[in-house]
Amino acid sequence: MTSAEYYNDRVVRLFLLAATVWGIVGMLLGMYAAAELAWPDLNFGIPWMTFSRIRPDHTFGVIFAFGGSALMGTCYYVVQRTGHTRLAWGPLAEFTFWGWQLVCVLAMATMPFGITQSKEYAEPEWFVDILTTIVWVSFGAVFFATLARRRIRHIYVANWYYGAFIIAVGLLHVVNNLALPVSLTKSYPIYSGVADAMVQWWYGHNAVAFFLTAGFLAMMYYFVPRQAQQPLWSYRFSIVNFWALISIYMWAGSHHLMYTALPDWVQSVGMAFSLVLLMPSWGSAANGLLTFNGAWHRLKTDPAAKFMVLALVFYAASTSEGSLMAIKTVNSLSHYTDWTIAHVHSGSLGWVAMITIGSLYAMAPRALGRPAMHSNKAMELHFWLHTAGTLLYVIAMWASGVTAGMMWRATEPDGSLTYAFIDSLLAIKPLYMVRWFGGVLIWLGMWVMAWNLWYTAANARKRIILPIPVPVPEPESQQTPAPLPAAG
Amino acid sequence: MAYRHFEFIEKHAWTLGILTAVMVSLGGLAELLPTFVEAGSVRMSANARPYDPLRLAGRDVYVREGCYLCHSQMIRALRFETQRYGHFSTAEESAFDRPFQWGSKRTGPDLARVGGKYSDDWQRVHLMDPRALVPQSNMPAYPWLATAKVDGADVAARMRTLRKLHDPYTDADIAGAAKAVEGKTELDALVAYLQGLGIANEPQPAKTGAAGVAPVARSSP
Ligand code: HEC
Ligand code: HEM
Ligand code: HEM
Repeated sequence: MTSAEYYNDRVVRLFLLAATVWGIVGMLLGMYAAAELAWPDLNFGIPWMTFSRIRPDHTFGVIFAFGGSALMGTCYYVVQRTGHTRLAWGPLAEFTFWGWQLVCVLAMATMPFGITQSKEYAEPEWFVDILTTIVWVSFGAVFFATLARRRIRHIYVANWYYGAFIIAVGLLHVVNNLALPVSLTKSYPIYSGVADAMVQWWYGHNAVAFFLTAGFLAMMYYFVPRQAQQPLWSYRFSIVNFWALISIYMWAGSHHLMYTALPDWVQSVGMAFSLVLLMPSWGSAANGLLTFNGAWHRLKTDPAAKFMVLALVFYAASTSEGSLMAIKTVNSLSHYTDWTIAHVHSGSLGWVAMITIGSLYAMAPRALGRPAMHSNKAMELHFWLHTAGTLLYVIAMWASGVTAGMMWRATEPDGSLTYAFIDSLLAIKPLYMVRWFGGVLIWLGMWVMAWNLWYTAANARKRIILPIPVPVPEPESQQTPAPLPAAG
Repeated sequence: MAYRHFEFIEKHAWTLGILTAVMVSLGGLAELLPTFVEAGSVRMSANARPYDPLRLAGRDVYVREGCYLCHSQMIRALRFETQRYGHFSTAEESAFDRPFQWGSKRTGPDLARVGGKYSDDWQRVHLMDPRALVPQSNMPAYPWLATAKVDGADVAARMRTLRKLHDPYTDADIAGAAKAVEGKTELDALVAYLQGLGIANEPQPAKTGAAGVAPVARSSP
């Protein structure tokens, strides 16, 4: 039996399309930036093609455009399914789609032309920031209004992570971007020097925490049980991890500023909390992996599940690495080197991109009215391209980071420095070429995904898919305490 | 706390949302507020001077071009760092940087004390074509800076905005801005900025060293 209500999957499909396109664009920019570090003349003397102008476009493109579209799309999908209800405020949801695309286009079309605040991951100028805030508040409104009209009493854990992601990112965005405009294209932050550094890395680190971690954990908590066709390994464990994760992360930002002019005690607090952070991080990774217990045979036939499992492995690995790098002695070596870049991309290519790709492969057929993705072989190919590319990238950058770090600190017996700066650059140049090649593989993989989605979307393109009716939930008294997405 | 308390939270969206907001605010408040207080006291020290108009224009070119993506301006209090780059950086030195330029990646060397290390001509040629001077370098060339002129009215407007943010510019400073940058290119401004790095606001003990090469004042902990 069904109620007369239907899921709103139109906006989900739009975000799916946007995520695919932005993935290709953002990673193309990453590839180009990587090529410029290896072959610097590739800017051809053109301002907007220069490394330092397009690198912010790469980070904005992959994090906010690709990651953001995927997060908003899956969020709308998940909150409807877990609440057995249609999305609230349909037109506003549609606005969040177009608004977010406008934010991304405006940001990425202005930054290469020097219209930038030059704060890492918060580069767009004030007028884009204001638009972002409006879209973000609308997104939050749609999400919480949908929660409010849910028919399942219990709020499934994935929604808590989406909620925390929305609340925290809104807070971070506003506080970090407070600025006084000089003109349309230039503003000065209200903070300066040490205070600006602290605010910026409180933001930067928690953009990692709430955008790149909490948001994607939400995806994980819904799509992993869905794909394993089993309930979450431990629901209560997920609760403990949630509260621990969201409270501890906010304290850890200062590990980006070790041995700097930031007051010492703040550095030490950051280090301590970064070590504790390992526990909820591993907690979620273990919870996800153990959910596959008894269903491991699925990995043989289901590339989406493979993406998810490897994503969780990378999540565990990059968070261990992060905690290690937050130890002051280790940070004295790793800071400023490509080790940071390796950590970033084992987190972003390994964890963020893989869980996204896995979830999109899981969600797309359902949202596009098909029994399965168009081609299983293509998903398999994508998996191997992405995995090989990521490993090449990360291993090359580890080698590069440790090499440069060791060379910078090497001294002769008489106490003088062994190497000039340029020696270290020469030593790591070949690794920049390896990294670029890894990037090419990953980018080709994204095209394979786009091709596959295009054919999976055949019916949607012809506009002949039927809307999915919202199932009528059990009466409240008979609802299990933690409804499991595997059943829904 | 018994599990049923958690269950209450999980069944009430508003409680869940508000508790989440509280938990995510604590850490930030605990670290940001004391840092603001300490940073405020740094700003008040007497020998801290804001950038003059030309250097301000240069600083903004540096920010716009994204030099901070490859260059740090933060010499850490570690022996091998001070040996290579000079006296470790202090809070006072970045008091007028909006945004701060400490950076997080050294594809190129630290620039916190690059002022006076090379001649103006070297800096010019290097920015126009780094590989003319350092063949192995992967720094991009920035040839367009040589033709772009600095706009005096714009610099004055920037100084007025900065004054609203309590940077101590006087009326005379602002009135003289247009004249100070007259006829200058963005390249001139950037070179002036680079040549001032580590010199204008260098910590006192380091002043005893030879120009640009600050002595190693303290070794790492
Ligand atoms: C792709 C990374 C990259 C970018 C972007 C970059 N640089 Fe460099 N820079 C380097 C490298 C590598 C070196 C060392 C080799 C050399 O001298 O060219 C260097 C050297 C320098 C030096 C000499 C430092 C010394 O102590 O020898 C200065 C000054 C400099 N850069 C200024 C700038 C400015 C100003 C900008 C922005 C307009 C900039 N750089 C952008 C990579 C970069
Ligand atoms: C094709 C795949 C990719 C390639 C080739 C690539 C390449 C690069 C390059 C060359 C840089 C600059 C490194 C430097 O400054 O030395 C970079 C930085 C960065 N990339 Fe990527 N990238 C890719 C995918 C991604 C994805 C999918 C994400 C996130 C979801 C991501 C997030 C970042 C971040 C956050 C930085 C900034 C790191 C820092 O400054 O510490 N990248 N990337
Ligand atoms: C327990 C979890 C984690 C801890 C303790 C941690 C810790 C760290 C540390 C110490 C740094 C180096 C800062 C520096 O020296 O400059 C760093 C950088 C970074 N990490 Fe993590 N990390 C964690 C998880 C992650 C994850 C999952 C991602 C996901 C993508 C991520 C993304 C980044 C990025 C983007 C940077 C670079 C910032 C920059 O310099 O531009 N981290 N992290």
